[in-house]
Amino acid sequence: MMTIETKEILSQVCQQEQEERAKEKCRILVCAGTGCVATGSLKIYDELKKLCEDDPDVSVELQEHVEHVGIVKSGCQGFCELGPLVRIEPYSYQYIKVQLEDCKEIVDRTVKEGEPVERLFYEKNNRSYAHPKDITYFAKQTRIVLENCGNIDAESLKEYISVGGFQALSKALFELTPDQVVDEVDKSGLRGRGGGGFPTGRKWKQVAAHKDADVKYIVCNGDEGDPGAFMDGSVMEGDPYKLIEGMMLAGYAVGSTEGYIYVRAEYPMSVARLKLAISQLEETKLLGENILGSDFSFHMHINRGAGAFVCGEGSALTASIEGHRGMPRVKPPRTVDKGLWEKPTVLNNVETYANVPGIIMKGADWFRTIGTEKSTGTKTFSLTGAIENTGLIEVPMGTTLREIIYDIGGGLKGNAEFKAVQIGGPSGGCLTEAQLDEPLDFDSVKKFGAIIGSGGLVVMDQSTCMVEVARFFMSFTQRESCGKCVPCREGTKRMLEILERIVNGEGREGDIELLQELADMICNTALCGLGKSAPLPVLSTIKAFREEYEEHIRDRKCRTHTCQALREFKINPEFCIGCGKCAKNCPVGAITGVRKQAYHINNELCIKCGACKDNCSFDAIYVEV
Amino acid sequence: MLDQSYYDKVDEIIEQYGRKESSLIPIMQDIQGEYRYLPGELLQYVAKGIGVREAKAFSVATFYENFSFEPKGRYVIKVCDGTACHVRKSTPVLEALYKELGLSKKKHTTEDMMFTVETVSCLGACGLAPTMMVNDEVHPAMTPEKAIAVIKELRGEIL
Repeated sequence: MMTIETKEILSQVCQQEQEERAKEKCRILVCAGTGCVATGSLKIYDELKKLCEDDPDVSVELQEHVEHVGIVKSGCQGFCELGPLVRIEPYSYQYIKVQLEDCKEIVDRTVKEGEPVERLFYEKNNRSYAHPKDITYFAKQTRIVLENCGNIDAESLKEYISVGGFQALSKALFELTPDQVVDEVDKSGLRGRGGGGFPTGRKWKQVAAHKDADVKYIVCNGDEGDPGAFMDGSVMEGDPYKLIEGMMLAGYAVGSTEGYIYVRAEYPMSVARLKLAISQLEETKLLGENILGSDFSFHMHINRGAGAFVCGEGSALTASIEGHRGMPRVKPPRTVDKGLWEKPTVLNNVETYANVPGIIMKGADWFRTIGTEKSTGTKTFSLTGAIENTGLIEVPMGTTLREIIYDIGGGLKGNAEFKAVQIGGPSGGCLTEAQLDEPLDFDSVKKFGAIIGSGGLVVMDQSTCMVEVARFFMSFTQRESCGKCVPCREGTKRMLEILERIVNGEGREGDIELLQELADMICNTALCGLGKSAPLPVLSTIKAFREEYEEHIRDRKCRTHTCQALREFKINPEFCIGCGKCAKNCPVGAITGVRKQAYHINNELCIKCGACKDNCSFDAIYVEV
Repeated sequence: MLDQSYYDKVDEIIEQYGRKESSLIPIMQDIQGEYRYLPGELLQYVAKGIGVREAKAFSVATFYENFSFEPKGRYVIKVCDGTACHVRKSTPVLEALYKELGLSKKKHTTEDMMFTVETVSCLGACGLAPTMMVNDEVHPAMTPEKAIAVIKELRGEIL
């Protein structure tokens, strides 16, 4: 690819690419997000490519000035559970669960004839949906951050440029002063999407104010560690250029020439796509010295995480980039004053940066029209758990949970009854039925003892035990506690012990109060955000589901039969033929009986392993309700 | 004792990142990427090479969960136990793998050095929960049966 050394060349490339795309007779977009790759989308991509190559009527080589069929690997299209996803433009046909065998039909009917393959459409309630815009899942969303995800080839810089990529940077470099860029971001009301919701413009102002600093850094937090969250990963995979453009704008705004992206180790695809993007940008001179002929220079570096959740905390993240143990430090001084290598540092997360090009291009006033007064713009969420449509979504701030779960998410899986939704991961809390109609934004969610966090939404139905969920999160934070401060290191351990004994049927009177007391202490005294928020899942489940805790402790009962130690196995004498298999399988000899008569389980001896139930050929063993 | 080829490889990796403190983590990652674990002798060598104290190098290596001083199997299986996978029953998948391979929470790698089973907190493929990753490949919608089928297939590859 040629170098893009002036803004005129950038516009030229953009125009050429648009013309190029307009010539395409047909465009096949195969989703290459982590989810779809896992269900085999790359094989579909290869197959479609091969099928089109074999065909003499269709040219697939990217020849200049020839009408052709383009096949691209796009980023996450968002409908993860129904992958591999394939979309065919210009018809806008959305095919789901595409298998290798389907490829030929797609090429024969859709590519050549323009006819749909109806059986691959999304179906719900006996209606089939041809186009994404008809599917409520997509129709109810507002995509700003994800506008390109799933619509462009995530590995092609040209395509990014063709949809207006780097125009915001060009505008900033030649029409705006750095201060104007900061002001625009400030006016937009953009708040940090990593969880805290700190105003981005204010942060940038503080870094920009260090006029005499010799070096400043732009750092991107891509250490999306919250289990159940994959929005940032999808942006890094699906639209890496946009993230980089956002970071470059930050660099220009605050006077920094060095950018670092810290990506978690579990996202190999994000690392690969970002590396590719950076090398393409360096080659075309969109990264480096005197970008687009201006006096602005910028360089990008990638750091891979090494499996420490706490590195999502700002000072731990910068420590990790510097080559130390990723442990948070006491603040102040804050990152904006002394961050990476003790220099003023802008630290934002992936989604925050990805919002910036849009704000610069379309203006703060446009951005403010979306979302609520105090929480402007949109928020991406990853919708998972016991829900019909899992996947990546983006909605305006202020959307209610009900709209997200029922309209976009299609309700609970198997029409189960809604119980709660965990928001904000292990640092968040759970929201219940009562909060379904509350508009979600940074401030409203805080009122309910949860946080928006990075945006993981795990939906839970009535079969989920909330005490076990609290234990699960506590075991996560306990494991991930870095050990530097006592409240978090010891406090989470003690809380986990109490939760473990409750789910093991050994809870004591006063345990709930003790948990609350410990939680209060940890929240108030822990050093960093990880510790301060670690007790939130426990507090919020106690608040909303106190009776479940009480049942575990007093009645030794788990109403959802999740907690193994509280299950009681029984044999149904009507089904039992007295074969004796269960007695043989029982590791503790708790099952006795006489051949050809119904056997009996002694629950005093039983260790609730379930070996008898798993191996009974007659379904005679059940767990008592 | 490791043979000279290991040290040559490490020299190459060190050159790539430069002899400075901030190179420590990427260098360790690349060594582990190459050998599937981080041999202690090599870490000592790296520390000396980039000018950090040995104690510091080990303190960093032990802090991060990804680094292992124990050799790992040819196939590293990471079972996701993130929230989404957990609520969609990832535990039985893990237990099935432990049982099939004779492993446990304490013992991660099989005697024949073929398989290592670990848990991770999220692979970012929550839409397809429960998931597991074999080396760098994500397997979607796992069940205990499917997990065992994957093992059998991998064993077949070896034979």
